Formats: sequence, C-alpha cells, structure tokens
Amino acid sequence: MTDATLGGPSRAPSREEQAAMAEKSEGGVMLAADGTPLKLSLARSLRRKRLRAFLLVLPLLAFVLLTFIAPIADMLFRSVENQIIPDNMPRTVAALEEWDPAESELPPDAAFEALVLDMVEMEAAKSHTRVGSRLNYEQSGMSGLFRKTGRRADRVEGDYRAGLIAIDEEWGERQTWTTLKNFSGAYTLGYFLSAVDMTYGETGEIVAKPELQQIYMFLFERTLWLSLAITGTTLLLGYPIAYLLANLPMRTSNLLLILVLLPFWTSLLVRTSSWIVILQQQGVLNDTLVALGLIDDQNRLSLIFNQTGTIVAMTHILLPFMILPLYSVMKTIPPSYVRAAKSLGATNWTAFWRVYFPQSIPGIGAGAILVFILSIGYYITPELVGGTSGVFISNRIAYHISSSLNWGLAAALAVILLIAVMGLYWLYDRIVGIDNVKLG
Amino acid sequence: MRKTLLAGTALVAAAAAPSFAQNMEGTLTIVSWGGAYSASQQNAYHAPYLEKNPGVTIVNDESSAEAVARLRAMTEAGNVTWDIVDVTGADAIRLCDEGLAMEIDHNEWLAPAPDGTPATEDFGETIHTDCFIPQIVFSTTFGYRTDVEAWEGREPDDLCDVFDLEAFPGTRSLERRPISNLEWALICDGVAIDDVYDVLETNEGQARAFAKLDTIKDSTIWWTAGAETPQRLADGEVVIGSTYNGRLFSLIVEQNQPVKMLWDWQTFDLDGWIIPADVPDEKLPLIKDYIRFATDTQRLADQAKYISYGPARASSAPLVSTHAELGIEMAPHMPTDPNNAGNTFLFNYEWWADNRDDLDAKFQAWLTR
Repeated sequence: MTDATLGGPSRAPSREEQAAMAEKSEGGVMLAADGTPLKLSLARSLRRKRLRAFLLVLPLLAFVLLTFIAPIADMLFRSVENQIIPDNMPRTVAALEEWDPAESELPPDAAFEALVLDMVEMEAAKSHTRVGSRLNYEQSGMSGLFRKTGRRADRVEGDYRAGLIAIDEEWGERQTWTTLKNFSGAYTLGYFLSAVDMTYGETGEIVAKPELQQIYMFLFERTLWLSLAITGTTLLLGYPIAYLLANLPMRTSNLLLILVLLPFWTSLLVRTSSWIVILQQQGVLNDTLVALGLIDDQNRLSLIFNQTGTIVAMTHILLPFMILPLYSVMKTIPPSYVRAAKSLGATNWTAFWRVYFPQSIPGIGAGAILVFILSIGYYITPELVGGTSGVFISNRIAYHISSSLNWGLAAALAVILLIAVMGLYWLYDRIVGIDNVKLG
Repeated sequence: MRKTLLAGTALVAAAAAPSFAQNMEGTLTIVSWGGAYSASQQNAYHAPYLEKNPGVTIVNDESSAEAVARLRAMTEAGNVTWDIVDVTGADAIRLCDEGLAMEIDHNEWLAPAPDGTPATEDFGETIHTDCFIPQIVFSTTFGYRTDVEAWEGREPDDLCDVFDLEAFPGTRSLERRPISNLEWALICDGVAIDDVYDVLETNEGQARAFAKLDTIKDSTIWWTAGAETPQRLADGEVVIGSTYNGRLFSLIVEQNQPVKMLWDWQTFDLDGWIIPADVPDEKLPLIKDYIRFATDTQRLADQAKYISYGPARASSAPLVSTHAELGIEMAPHMPTDPNNAGNTFLFNYEWWADNRDDLDAKFQAWLTR
C-alpha cells in the first residue's frame, strides 16, 4: 500500500483503483490504450457522463427547488411554527414555565409582573396586536384582551395581579393563562390539533372540541368521498367515449377529439357558470321538465348548490383528464387481438372483458389517479356550485389563507391533505402498481 | 376660542393649499374591488387627479378581495408593490393589528371640511382604527321580488318577514358568513338591538341565533360574492336575499328588474383606504397628495354620482347630487337617507374582531350539519 502511494500519483487510491488493484492481485487485467486498467477508465468516463447529465439538469433542478419545493416547505413549516410568542413575551414564557395549571388556579405573581413588562415593551413595538391575533385563533377574545391591556399596561404599578385583573377580568381566569402557557413554545402542535377538531383543555390536556365546532374531520371525509365519486363518474362516462374515439376511423375520431378538447380550452369559470344556468331551479333543465309535465312547478328539482351540483360540474370539468389517457392507451391496443378472440369462439362480451379490458387498465389507472388528485384539491367549482353540502376541505384552506389569515391552521390542513394523498398513492401502488400506469 | 382659531388656520391652509401644491410625478399602484365600484373611483378620484397632475400614472389592481392575504405575503417577502389599498373596515382592523397597514395622523393627512372642521370630526366614528381612511358607508340589506304569486299581493316591510316562510314562501339568499345573519336572527327572535352582542357572546345566545336560522335553513342558498344575490333575484331563483345596497341599486334602477329594497335593519359597514406599512419613503409624498385629494369633501360627494354608497364625511352629504347618467336624485337611494335608515345597526368591529374566528367555525359547522 505504502509502495503504491509512493510510486503512483500522490493521492489516495480511489475505490475503482482499489478494485482494479484487487483484481490485479488475483490475476491478469485488461488494459486500455493508455495503460490504465480498462475497468477503471470505463468507470471514469461513465462518471464524467453522469456528471455532465447532472450539470445539464441542474438549472431545472435548482429552479424547481427554489420556486416550488422551498416555498411549499416554508408554507407547510408554518403548521408547527410559533416563534412569535417566545420572541415577544420572553419574560412571561419564562415565568409560566414552572406553573402547572392542574395544580393551582392562577400562576404566581411573577407571571403577572412579567406579563405587564412584556406588554409595555410590545406596545412600544406595536406588536401586541399581532400576538393578540395569534392567540385569538386559540381562544376567542384574546385579540381584544391584548389590545385593551396594551393600551393601559404602562399605568399598572405596584400590585400587578390586581392591576391586570382590574384592566380585564379575563386575566383572573385560568383558561387565559393556560392558553398562554400552551402556546409559549417556539413550536406548537396547536394547529394540528385544531385541524383534527381537538384543542387544549383548561388544565392543558388534549380534548375534543365541542361538537358544535367540529368541522374539519367531517370535511376531510366528505372531500375524500366526493373525489372518489367524481373519479367513478368520469370513468363511467369517459370509458365508452375513449373506446369510440380509439376505434373510429381517423377522420371522424379527430373531429370527436376536438369536441372533447373544446370544453378543455374553455375557461373554467364559464363552464361552471353555465352549469348554474342549466341546473338551477329556474334553469333550463327544470324549465324543460316542467314544460314536459314531468315535474310540478312547485316541486322543481334542487340540482345545484349542493352535492349533486358539485359532482355534475366537476365530472364535466375533469372528464378530459380521464378520456385523454384512456384514449392514448386504447389507441395502442391492436384490434387483431379482439378479432383473434372472436375467431376462437369468444362472445363479444368475453372478447371485451377478457382480452380488451385488461389491456386498457393502465389507462384507467392513469386517468383515475389524475382525476382523483385534481379533484381532492379542487377549489373554485365547489365554491361556486357546492352550496353548503358540496364544499371541500380546500375551500376552508382558502378561507384561512385569504380571510382569517390563520396561515398556521391552513398549513396544518394542507399537510394532512398531502399526507392523505400520499398515503392513498402508496395504497394505489400496492393494489394497481404504479408501473401499470400509462399516459400513452 | 381655541377651536375657532384652529378652524381659522385650517381654512387658511385649505385656501392656500392649491397654490402651494406642486405637480406630482410618479406611478401609483391603487388596489380596489373592480367592477362598478372601481369605475366610480376612476370617475370621481382618478380622472380629476390625473388631470391636475399629468406627470402621474395610476396603475389599477383589482385584487381587494384577497388584499389581506396578498399584503401579508408581500410584506413577508419584503417586496410591497402596492401603494394604496381599498379594503373593508373589518379587513382594515386585521391589517392594522397585524402591523401590515400604516398608522396615520388623520388630521395631518386628510383635508379639513370646507368650513374648517378638522378631518377627524368630519369623518367622526367612521375612523375606527389608526390605519383606516374611510371613503364610503355601505350597507348589507335585502331586496325582494315584487311579482311572487304565492305572496298574494303582500310585500315584506319588516326584517322578520325574511324568517316568515308562511306569509312569504320561497327561497332566500343569505351570505355564507356569521356576520349580520346572527344579529338579524336575534333581532327577529325578540332581542333588543342594544343587547344583541351581549346575548351573542353567550353559548345560549348563539344557540338561540342558530335555532332561529334553522327555521329557514332548508329554503336558503348561501352566497359568497356580492353579485350572486342580484343574479339570483333577476333569475327568479330566490325571492328575497341580502347583498350590498349598491348592487341592488343597479339591479333595480339601472337594470329595471321587478325588485324592491327592504331597508329594515340594514347593517352599516365601511370601506376605505389603507396604506401598506412598508411602502418606500420616497413614495409617501405622492401617496399623501393623492389621498388628501381623493378623500376631500367634494370628491367623496362626487363618487355618489356613480354608485349608491354614502360618503363617509358628514360634510359631503349635502353635496350628493344626481346620478351621472340617469339624472335621478341619488339621496333617496343612499343607505343613510332618513327614509331608509329607520332601523339600522353598525357592524360592531371590535366585537367581531374578537369573536370572528370562533363564530365562523361554529357557523360553518352549523352549515355543514
């Protein structure tokens, strides 16, 4: 070993060289034209190739990482981040560390003093309202409490406890202090608890929210169930269309394909609104049914602003995502197979079911996974036609992003949705096999 | 003595202002709601301002609906591209609390009334936070169709007729949020207006409000965009529904639909400007100049020519004249007109700022059940 290092180039032998040397010691070795062992020079050139390929995709990789993965990761990180409290109320956080809500009704005097001092500082930095809004997500009234206390905290002297309670009786309630303590860490589980309809109780234990406020688990369930229903209806409607497209002469099928793509190119909002025109109680469909005497004018059907509306509109909107993969897979199935089956005595049904259908499964897999994943995160169509019984979890995420500004809860809901989708994807891979999915 | 002196100086300042004002230059990005509302601002504020200052360019951005979230994202990214943002009163409180909107000195920024009354007095209660520069008072109120056969000639004239399915059968259209709906439910359940928020703060009070809404839940469609109720009223899809009064005005007066206003217990709400906290310092003089111009007494009164929202300044009210195109008197269509404002209440901003998250979760849970 020492000899090799002395005699050879002055660097430690790489793994390839060691392998080459090991081989040499076993017996003869093939040499390349320049005298290096063939295996070694091959490995080198391969490595160079791989490096070049990596450098070629590097810009794209960096782009995706920077503009896609990083912002999403940053956003999702908010679901546990709670830096604002320890940053703004360091004294209170420290003073509450020792206090156990289960043992005593209220924290020690030191906590009251710390809170007043923190509050005066926050008021000067104008951050007390931000902290108040943050805590208001956990307990109603915190926002007002902080605004009010911030205005008067600098006048509290001597007996801090009495002074604070004089500003607002809320400071004499255990719940207020428990909330402060529960959310004093730099990281919190609170958003995730809210996202599964749980919360911290008066003494810091985890309890279910009152039944009147339980909403998210129910919405997750509904999102899942409606997405499955939409996937099912698009498959049911899309399969025959794709079959027709794949088996007609080129000229006719191209024409029909344009009919499939035309709505695809039309604005989403236009398509959704036209469903409102068609399906509403004074709409085209109901008017026709009344005119035909099939239903009574007083009992018009409610077809929109409920689950039916969501399923109908979304099935229509997502249909191309089912038809196109199905069509491109069916296009590759040689018609001679079905003819062969028939010539061997199969009925039409057997030939389809035993010969044609199994070959179209990769298309079904691709279409189903596309439609399902698109619909589980769908937002605008359910918002417009879903009424109250047809909205998805994404509508609540949007509400928390754009309206309540509770981005932590929105992020927690999004993380759960992401995990659920990945879990389903894994299950799908186990059952169907992702290798079986073909887009064309 | 002190007041007259103050008023006197203000008068002098107001009179002197035009001669001192130098022409401004630069670009202003102004965010508003789009549609008829942005058009009214274009006509009443932007056009005369640009005429006075040919060196200024105004870029209109119509994203007020998601202004709160976008402003927060911009501020966090350290790249605020908006200069002036039009938001509702409730959003202004949120932005102010979050430190995203600039706190301003209203008397320094805003012009006094023509008689010298300082801006804070002229705007009065409409200035509800240090960040908010009010423009208009609008209301959320009801419109109903006048041709419903099942009503046998009756017309609703009382808010509680909305909850009366026997006398006034048909589908309702209400906003998909707790604000206003819960107050209306309690008023019609017999709670005195002064007690509404006290009652609503208790669990029993909330249960009472939801129970009242339960009585019409099956015949209600819930809206999220202000244009939905007018559209549904025009289609005959609903017979009575709440929305912003300006939307109903254009449905009734401009589009001549068989719809009438039910003003009883309309909820007053405010809309106005905020300045993002992180606008660059060199932009401030231009922003200040524009705001001072666009919120003066005449400009606010002019806006009412184009849309039926009441100016936020007391001194603008007497100057409200006729509709710019139709030539009709605008005063009777204002939510603040004495004939319309018999029973009104002002949306309680502070109370809702505290309780909105909680009640919204309860409201959504109630809706899904």
